[in-house]
Amino acid sequence: MSEIPQLLVHDHDDNVGVVVVEGLKAGTDMLVCVTHDNSTFRLTSNMDVPIGHKVALKDLKAGDTAMKYGEDIGKIIADIKKGDHVHTHNCKTKRW
Amino acid sequence: MTSDLSKLTINAWRRENGRVGVRNHVLILPVDDISNAACEAVANNVKGTMAIPHAYGRLQFGEDLDLHFRTIIGIGANPNVAAVVVIGIEPDWTKKIVDGIAATGKPVEGFSIEQKGDFETIRQAGWKAKEYVHWATELQKEECGLSELWVSTKCGESDTTTGLSSCPTVGNMYDKLLPHGLYGCFGETSEITGAEHICEKRAATPEAAAKFKKIWTAYQDDVIFAHQTDDLSDSQPTKGNILGGLTTIEEKALGNLEKIGRTSQYIDAMGPAETPSKGPGLYFMDSSSAAAECVTLMAAGGYVIHTFPTGQGNVVGNPIVPVIKISGNPRTLRTMSEHIDVDVTGVLTRKMTIDQAGDTLIDMIRRTANGRNTAAEALGHREFSMTKLYRSA
Repeated sequence: MSEIPQLLVHDHDDNVGVVVVEGLKAGTDMLVCVTHDNSTFRLTSNMDVPIGHKVALKDLKAGDTAMKYGEDIGKIIADIKKGDHVHTHNCKTKRW
Repeated sequence: MTSDLSKLTINAWRRENGRVGVRNHVLILPVDDISNAACEAVANNVKGTMAIPHAYGRLQFGEDLDLHFRTIIGIGANPNVAAVVVIGIEPDWTKKIVDGIAATGKPVEGFSIEQKGDFETIRQAGWKAKEYVHWATELQKEECGLSELWVSTKCGESDTTTGLSSCPTVGNMYDKLLPHGLYGCFGETSEITGAEHICEKRAATPEAAAKFKKIWTAYQDDVIFAHQTDDLSDSQPTKGNILGGLTTIEEKALGNLEKIGRTSQYIDAMGPAETPSKGPGLYFMDSSSAAAECVTLMAAGGYVIHTFPTGQGNVVGNPIVPVIKISGNPRTLRTMSEHIDVDVTGVLTRKMTIDQAGDTLIDMIRRTANGRNTAAEALGHREFSMTKLYRSA
């Protein structure tokens, strides 16, 4: 891959990806790579997002399930737009 | 590299019981907290020895006492240790530790302080320690198989990059080396929470799966539900994990489990600091997720090298076991590279595959076994933390 991706996604079933570059700015036209098969697509980040933090790959509604590694990682607790930052303010474990 | 893995060799010390060690320590080992000062004095007087002070060893009872003995004996028995001087306040428990270590066949002698005092104990133990240093420093390394090593793993200061890069790097190493006879070990009982159903399926036998499930359930019932104030939100994920982008315990657990690779299966689930008893392969060990406690328990179980993926940059080391740090987080490599042995940032930029990252780690295990000091060793990280199950009497 000649261009370095800004966002990595584990699995095609996932609805969130991980920012893997420092200083990502709102409005960045990100190269997204799905590590499962190295397939790529593009997505615009709506916000400044720190390295390691997640971005929604599509619009999500409160009550939806956040998917990563092709698995359930918790519930969405506030509506999220595609390209938004996903973290503790809008996603929570289902366990407690 | 993959095709020749069974032929890879290292130069290391073969101990009296046949096990392979990659360091050659002479330990001054306290039975209990109040013997720390005498041990440190001996280690100060006799260069080339190391004292391992710790906080416990008096008035413990039951399972907690068993774990104490198992940990101290296991550290002395570890193949990275050539010989041991044991010092305790009284002779009975001192002898128990000495006898446990002596079962390996290595030189060990005990000294007790009561009726003698620190001065006389330090004098007597010092002579023995000096004798052991002369003996140990003449031991020669020999050619051993890389796959004869016992290599444990636990990650720390995890973030989303560990699940993408450094944890699957360890998993790839296990997938490649376990089939050739390596002993592996993973644990972190509380950090499996959220992926316990997946972990259960990775057992090689229904018995191993049942043992894992029993350990995990007991932890939930006896520790979490018995002691929680609200939930684990402030501890799991940790504040550091959350800063690094991990949102939920499920997300953290899924990243954590990447350390056992794609094809590896665990053949047994052991108690803390227990020694594997079912031959070569991967083991689960019931253990704390706190770095120093976990690495200490695995060292006591007999593991001689520890592989430690980190995201935000955990700096832990161990007195007797080299801890190899692996990170794929470019910010961590930029800000604290002195702590990192294996840089896998290329996995995130897609310049390096997990297969290549696994080979790089195998090469670093080999170099570490041959004598390269790890970052944690060079920086003097010797964290030794005993796991305590409940209050002493």
